[in-house]
Amino acid sequence: MSKSSELTTVVMPPSAAETSELLRELVAHLRKNRTQLRQEWAKRITEAKLLTAMSQEEIFAEATSVYDNYVEALETGTFEALQAYARNLSERIIPRGVETHEVVGIVLLLRDVLARSLFAKYQHDFGLLNRILDAYEPAANRIANTVAVGFVQERERTIRQQQEAIRELSTPVLQVRERLLILPIIGVIDPQRARQLTEQLLRGIRTNRAKVVVIDITGVAAMDSNVANVLVQTVEASRLLGATVIVTGLSPEIAQTLVTIGVDLAKMNTVGDLQGGIEEAERLLGYKVVQFSDAMPQT
Amino acid sequence: MLSNGDERQNVEVPILKQGHYLIATFQAALTDEDLLKLQEGLVGQVGKFRSRGVIVDVTALDVMDSFAARTLRALAHMVRLRGAETFIVGIQPEVAFAMVQLGLTLEGVSTALDLEEAIYLLDRRVKGAKVRGK
Repeated sequence: MSKSSELTTVVMPPSAAETSELLRELVAHLRKNRTQLRQEWAKRITEAKLLTAMSQEEIFAEATSVYDNYVEALETGTFEALQAYARNLSERIIPRGVETHEVVGIVLLLRDVLARSLFAKYQHDFGLLNRILDAYEPAANRIANTVAVGFVQERERTIRQQQEAIRELSTPVLQVRERLLILPIIGVIDPQRARQLTEQLLRGIRTNRAKVVVIDITGVAAMDSNVANVLVQTVEASRLLGATVIVTGLSPEIAQTLVTIGVDLAKMNTVGDLQGGIEEAERLLGYKVVQFSDAMPQT
Repeated sequence: MLSNGDERQNVEVPILKQGHYLIATFQAALTDEDLLKLQEGLVGQVGKFRSRGVIVDVTALDVMDSFAARTLRALAHMVRLRGAETFIVGIQPEVAFAMVQLGLTLEGVSTALDLEEAIYLLDRRVKGAKVRGK
């Protein structure tokens, strides 16, 4: 151990060997004080009102896992296990409603708790404390980074999955009569989904040799001008394949959007609701629907 | 129309007669000259055979540019002036999508999914006309 150095003296950065020696000492300290440091940390988490979605037992259990992984990362200098743990943890807690600031918050609290315990232990040897901190800080920062980034990446992955699922909710193209297709659209349409719907519809027209298509947008609350334009293009492209499009279920907001953006309404065949649309389609196709007996009794 | 030495091979599109209708089937993309030759040929033959309908089948086309779209529109108008109805058939979904994005809507030109459909529709129109005593 070297003499304590004055603050103004330039201190040489520790050599790699010295750093590992210091880290080993640090890890030993953290293992020895595992119980009280974990408890201190869990206490601080509750005081900071973090992880409110979880019970005390759950917080302590997770705190234990994080602590042990943290110490192991400090010991081995490798972060793969920590990354895997961070992703696993995120996968579990994201559905519980845990937010990014909470995850970042608890990791920083752990960093503080451990740093404080180092201050307490090495308060009599300022020079050694500095060297220990020199070894500790980069590793601790990298750990905080790894856990936070792991959490955020997991959130982004979840969001992408949900977006894909929404896109696939996309619209079955349904044949309800010979030459008649229905395309019921539900939810939020962005220009990309709109283009996907158009391609799906055009292929459906060709496959089913449809002459009339009813596009029902009752389930669509609003539409911006980009999507409205794609809708108009869908109508025009369907005509090129010999099919007539009837659009049904326009909400007042969408009606307003279409008029505001100056859609050529002569090109758009619209009917108020799906029932009306199907009746109009049947008329165009030459069907006449007649009820010739009472409804069948239920057996 | 004389060819000006275009790199693409000039292709004659055969015009087939089927009853009262003329049918022209594209085998591949046509040069501008070929399109104009076809237009000329169809307009001429409508008169010669007193055809009631012209069907242009573009199933083999995987792209339709603005010159082709304009030529087909002009063809439909010219043919109508000579007493016949034109149908463009076989536009592929991807081609239709690309066309509307470029604003090529073939407005005023009748379209149908395929040859069978066009003949059916033309038959109905022709019959309708006969019934009305034209």
